[in-house]
Amino acid sequence: MSETMRSKDFSKAPLCLSGRGVTKVFGLGDKKTVAVDHVDFDFHEGEFVSIVGESGSGKTTLSKMLLGLSNQTAGEILFQGKTRDISSGAKRKEYWKGIQAIFQDPFASFNTFNKIDTVLLDCINMRGGKNLSKKEKFDMMTEACSFVNLKFAELTNKYPFELSGGQMQRLMIARIFLLKPKILLADEPTSMVDACSRATILDMLLQLRDEVGMTIIFITHDIGLAYYISDTVYIMEHGKFVEYGKADEVILAPKAAYTKRLISDVPKIHEEWDLSTVDELSVG
Amino acid sequence: MKNTLRQVFHSSKFVGGFIIFALILLTMIIYPLINPGNPLEQIGVGTFAKPGTYVSLYDSLSSPLETMRLPGADDKRLAKSLSDEDRVAMVEWFTAMDISVEGLDITDTDAMLDLWFANYDTSAKPKGMTMAKRNYYQRLNNNLLDIRAGDTLVIATNNEETGELEEKSAVTKTDYVNIGEVANVKTLPLGTDNFGRDVLKQLVSACGTSIRIGLVAGLVATLIGLSLGLLAGYMGGIADDLIMFVTNIFTVIPGFVLLILITNSVGQEQRGATLVAVVIGLTSWTWTARSVRSQVISLRNRDHVNLSKLSGHSMIRIVLTDILPYIASYVVMAFILQVSSGILAEAQLSLLGLGPRTTTTATLGLMMNWAMLYSAHTNGSWWAYFPVILTITLISFSLNLMNTGLDQVFNPTLRD
Repeated sequence: MSETMRSKDFSKAPLCLSGRGVTKVFGLGDKKTVAVDHVDFDFHEGEFVSIVGESGSGKTTLSKMLLGLSNQTAGEILFQGKTRDISSGAKRKEYWKGIQAIFQDPFASFNTFNKIDTVLLDCINMRGGKNLSKKEKFDMMTEACSFVNLKFAELTNKYPFELSGGQMQRLMIARIFLLKPKILLADEPTSMVDACSRATILDMLLQLRDEVGMTIIFITHDIGLAYYISDTVYIMEHGKFVEYGKADEVILAPKAAYTKRLISDVPKIHEEWDLSTVDELSVG
Repeated sequence: MKNTLRQVFHSSKFVGGFIIFALILLTMIIYPLINPGNPLEQIGVGTFAKPGTYVSLYDSLSSPLETMRLPGADDKRLAKSLSDEDRVAMVEWFTAMDISVEGLDITDTDAMLDLWFANYDTSAKPKGMTMAKRNYYQRLNNNLLDIRAGDTLVIATNNEETGELEEKSAVTKTDYVNIGEVANVKTLPLGTDNFGRDVLKQLVSACGTSIRIGLVAGLVATLIGLSLGLLAGYMGGIADDLIMFVTNIFTVIPGFVLLILITNSVGQEQRGATLVAVVIGLTSWTWTARSVRSQVISLRNRDHVNLSKLSGHSMIRIVLTDILPYIASYVVMAFILQVSSGILAEAQLSLLGLGPRTTTTATLGLMMNWAMLYSAHTNGSWWAYFPVILTITLISFSLNLMNTGLDQVFNPTLRD
């Protein structure tokens, strides 16, 4: 991770995905739950954005809306400056060429009845490579797998459940490598894999960003991780963005109480873990 | 897939049910080969012949004959042909003629006959004996001569050239026929029914028809329930509300009453086995739809479905490849139960006289219906209905056993 990257100013870069008053309400009347409450955001091209918040803060609901898997109750989402239209199947398919996702649980992300080849071939087909020769398709899949340090020759004709969690998550990244979308939404992609795999996966995401110029929206509850990798951080509490800005500014000089609490909850090596704020804040 | 199958066949319950069902199916295939012919052929006149082996008297005579001295058999025949009254009359005659009967055993037929033939004289006129009584003794004497003679039956056939009867063989009353060599023996292990039809043969064919009805009914019910459940569960929203509204209406209306009304309104003439099966299927899909829907709802928000959506797959493809395989085991179980309940529904309908109108095939329900109409249960003809009940029980028992076995394999929490 280069310092030049970190210091790059994205506010001038073209807008990739933005939201105005995006709201999601579940249920009606008394049982109404506002999961995402009038949030505004601007994600720029090539930006690595982290959305940080604890469980239940609305991160996943927001990500579903960004992906177009569910519709917002109110507000507007703009894709590359234009209002997003996902009203028909064909339009959704077109939108999904621009935005893709990596999910939290690699074991649940794959259809266990499909072979790995099918997963990768789907991506080639989606990118319009349906009529390529077998050899070309094989080469593309091999290239994608080698990008994530997997050997396609060993994986072909295998089922996803025959791989380890880390391998599966890397296969997901290989998928993204083949699809080369404008935006990648990674919903806690590292929370279910071990620490070593985590570093590898994060490294691969950054590499993807640098090579393809992808915007990466990284959803996490780990503010330390967010500080380490992102350009911009959005802090989410109870469906609202309580604070956002450059990673250095937000995390080194937090303004919102919630951000301070999140930072203090991160265990630090070589330091005694300060648990005092936890009681203080949860009581208050 | 292979592992699942291995697991399934390690479940003792499933294997038990499978073996019973396979045996029933095997019988259905093999028995008609051993005993071919129309299962509804009337082989006997009269109703409810008891189970047993029936030998045609006429045909047995054309089989090879053996004359055998089976111990006591001849004596028994002799003893049987001399009635107790005749014996008493003979003793009366002896006393009237002043012949000593001391030491004579009245049950010893041979000794009685020896004494009779040694002394009887047609012209003898015992004192005080009426003419009628003397005539009676003459007739008795003639009969006794016949008994001893062992009269011979001549078997003759028409000579094709001369048109005259020619003697082929002779049979005496002392002849015996080896049962294995008798040409026309009918073993009716379960007797005949009210129309004189072989119950076992009918049962085997009825079993096949009933299982077919069950399969068609199960297929119809599972297909409707599955497609509606998939649609409602996956699409959600208004489609879900609409489908569930229809499903709830069908659930609330008692299925069996609906079934009776439909089969009754179709009319006697149009009511074939397939139609009854389809009607049964049309009234029993509701709970499959409901349970498939709830399974699909829990599946549709899984990550692999979301990934499939993001890969640009159409709704039909997602439903078929990302959802259906995950509920396939459940659907198989539902199908097995539907088949079982389809067979039972047919039996119930037919028992009420609303089953398939058929003179060409029998179903398990129809067999019970016939037995009931001809009061087999009151005249003790258990073979006309009990085997049918047993078969129905065995079929649904085996199917339910398989279902439970599958349930335990696919839902590990149920394993004991």
